[in-house]
Amino acid sequence: MSEPWEEEGPGTIKKFMYVNRKAPYGTIYALESLEVVLIAAAFEQDVSMAFLDDGVYQLKKGQDTAGIGMKNFSPTYRALEGYDVEKLYVEAESLAERGLSEDDLLVPVEVMGREALAALMDEQDVILSF
Amino acid sequence: MKYGILVNEGPYQHQASDTAYQFAKAALEKGHEIFRVFFYHDGVNNGTRFGVPPQDDRNITVRWTEMAEQHGVDMVICIAAAQRRGLLDEGEAKRQGKDGDNIAPGFRISGLGQLIEAGIQCDRLVVFGD
Repeated sequence: MSEPWEEEGPGTIKKFMYVNRKAPYGTIYALESLEVVLIAAAFEQDVSMAFLDDGVYQLKKGQDTAGIGMKNFSPTYRALEGYDVEKLYVEAESLAERGLSEDDLLVPVEVMGREALAALMDEQDVILSF
Repeated sequence: MKYGILVNEGPYQHQASDTAYQFAKAALEKGHEIFRVFFYHDGVNNGTRFGVPPQDDRNITVRWTEMAEQHGVDMVICIAAAQRRGLLDEGEAKRQGKDGDNIAPGFRISGLGQLIEAGIQCDRLVVFGD
């Protein structure tokens, strides 16, 4: 019997999940992760993004970066829909631990529990964790 | 199996690129294929030929170069991340009007599409980060 990965041709659509765990500022991971997602959109794969740990802050409404002299790139998350990146998952526990709720976020997301998100990760072909 | 590797941290400061190297080396020794190593975030700094670590320490860049030369592994540095951090090949140096280039042998600079392609083409894409 052939292994599942041997059956995939060049036209294969894979499930890509981008996992964002870091706060939007302080390090460059969030910004450069977003750059990957935007480029990857051209490849017409089955894309989703997950936000957990401090990564949930990436989607926080009302970001103001004037005081730190950095570009506020949070409006870009609103543009994701135009790139057909519509599956945004946010971990419920990460929100709750930080006193946040879905209403605090700047785009529509699906909030799901840790176990459900773990199960979803299990279904992915490629996970890029930033 | 066909592996893709993503290195998200620079040399020496984090162990991620050492671990990625050891993983790639072990995979090659077991007869697997390393389709590509993609360097992103500070990982692009793995590809500077100007590093001069102490002689009794490992030379991380030279190790990657040797792997590229001995096993034909494609070592790709992300152009967007490289431009931010001052990693240049000859063509980029000319284009940007810089007075020199610093990319090590065996590396090449290209776009994020190369990372997504690795995700599509490989049986496994393994991410090494902090």
